[in-house]
Amino acid sequence: MRAYLLTGSQTVGPFFSPALLREDACRNVLTQPETVGERIRIEGHVFDGDGLPVPDAMVEIWQANAHGRYNHAADEGPASLDPSFTGFGRSGTGDDGSYWFETIKPGPVPFDAQRSTDGDLTPALPAGIACGQGEQEGSRRGVTTFQQAPTSVQAPHICVTVFARGLLNHLVTRLYFADEPANAEDVVLQCVPSERRATLLARRKHGGAIVVYHFDIILQGAGETVFFNL
Amino acid sequence: MNNTTIGAIVRGDREVFPPYLYEAYQSTRRRAPTLPLIDVPLTLSELTGPGPAISAVTPEDADLTRNAGTGGEAIGQRIIVTGRVLDDRGNPVPNTLLEIWQANAAGRYLHKRDQWPGPLDPNFLGIGRCLTDENGVYRFLTIRPGAYPWKNHPNAWRPAHIHFSVFGSSMLSRLVTQMYFPDDPLHRIDPIMQSVPTEAARERLIAAYDHDVTEPEWALGYRWDIVVRGPYATPFESPVSVETGKAG
Repeated sequence: MRAYLLTGSQTVGPFFSPALLREDACRNVLTQPETVGERIRIEGHVFDGDGLPVPDAMVEIWQANAHGRYNHAADEGPASLDPSFTGFGRSGTGDDGSYWFETIKPGPVPFDAQRSTDGDLTPALPAGIACGQGEQEGSRRGVTTFQQAPTSVQAPHICVTVFARGLLNHLVTRLYFADEPANAEDVVLQCVPSERRATLLARRKHGGAIVVYHFDIILQGAGETVFFNL
Repeated sequence: MNNTTIGAIVRGDREVFPPYLYEAYQSTRRRAPTLPLIDVPLTLSELTGPGPAISAVTPEDADLTRNAGTGGEAIGQRIIVTGRVLDDRGNPVPNTLLEIWQANAAGRYLHKRDQWPGPLDPNFLGIGRCLTDENGVYRFLTIRPGAYPWKNHPNAWRPAHIHFSVFGSSMLSRLVTQMYFPDDPLHRIDPIMQSVPTEAARERLIAAYDHDVTEPEWALGYRWDIVVRGPYATPFESPVSVETGKAG
């Protein structure tokens, strides 16, 4: 039951940087020398509906480690923790709307948070979900459930949250890796209309010394990024 | 505020969360998404989050009257702002990071983009942070911020407020919001506050003066509880949802 009314969201406004992007709060670099995994750099820009850069945005990311384990008590899976990797990143945007992270490519993670504790194969789904994936039962108390667990593993991905002046509530999306074959089986990606899935795919740039994935976030208009109702 | 164009795209509870497009707040016009948000299953990725892993704060961080490090004290009405962080089942959210920022007593932010002719205070940075304790309780010592003008519309003034950033236990609980002060005539003409869709939800953003928090010969007390979404994969009983039209 929901006993308490939630506190509503308000914009971060234009003046958040001294607090949220102070030197020890900004986390562009997620790795330490001993962190396990393939080093990658994520680069992109945040654009508005006029195609102009958003210079006063903040991008946060959350990801599993290279083994596919989240640094969080709810992940009781068998994959190993990496004591040198938290999985949280926070970047401001520059005058050109650019943000960046240096991290590692996450491993594939389990679909279901409850799976490891009670072996329940039914994924937990939010009320009123209208997801086009798989065989679905009818609605029961406003909840749609998959008849069978779709697939137990998610493609490697990074959770992305966007804050900015003019965003009354933050935006939630995911970064997937365009060159990752597991994308084809990913349940969340399959909830996204196929013609919009490309907006969630970070594209690998070739040639540099470090592997770079490019991921622009388009708040509005042509090529608008897919955002989730989470 | 009554005749502004309000968009249909909302993330989360429509009784509580503002729409992305709220034209009276002009900056939403070119930044609000226009395509429907996608409903997706809750997975381990959403039921985890960085909150429990972020804990680097010092006691000084929670005292905005002195944390400029100048040895001097900020000018203004000294206030204590305290309350609890709870989830939507009423469980306290312990050991979670709150980050706050605010204007000084004159309504001026220490920020290069705030250039209106209100005075700066050399002893006030306007930033603070703390962790909730094991009962979900937080506490800041600061000064009451002033109202300040902005260029959204002619003679626009923001009501006094303190910005709060909250992590909580999962990705679902992440929240950035603003705390307002009671009995402020600017509330009803502030498009940012009025973008919150219901009176009950707007009232939830206003702190209460609490004389039990007030300390004699020292500081006035305000109490403000923050309720964030809990890490619950199982569906909860909810009121009739505007989104689906299905009773919970």
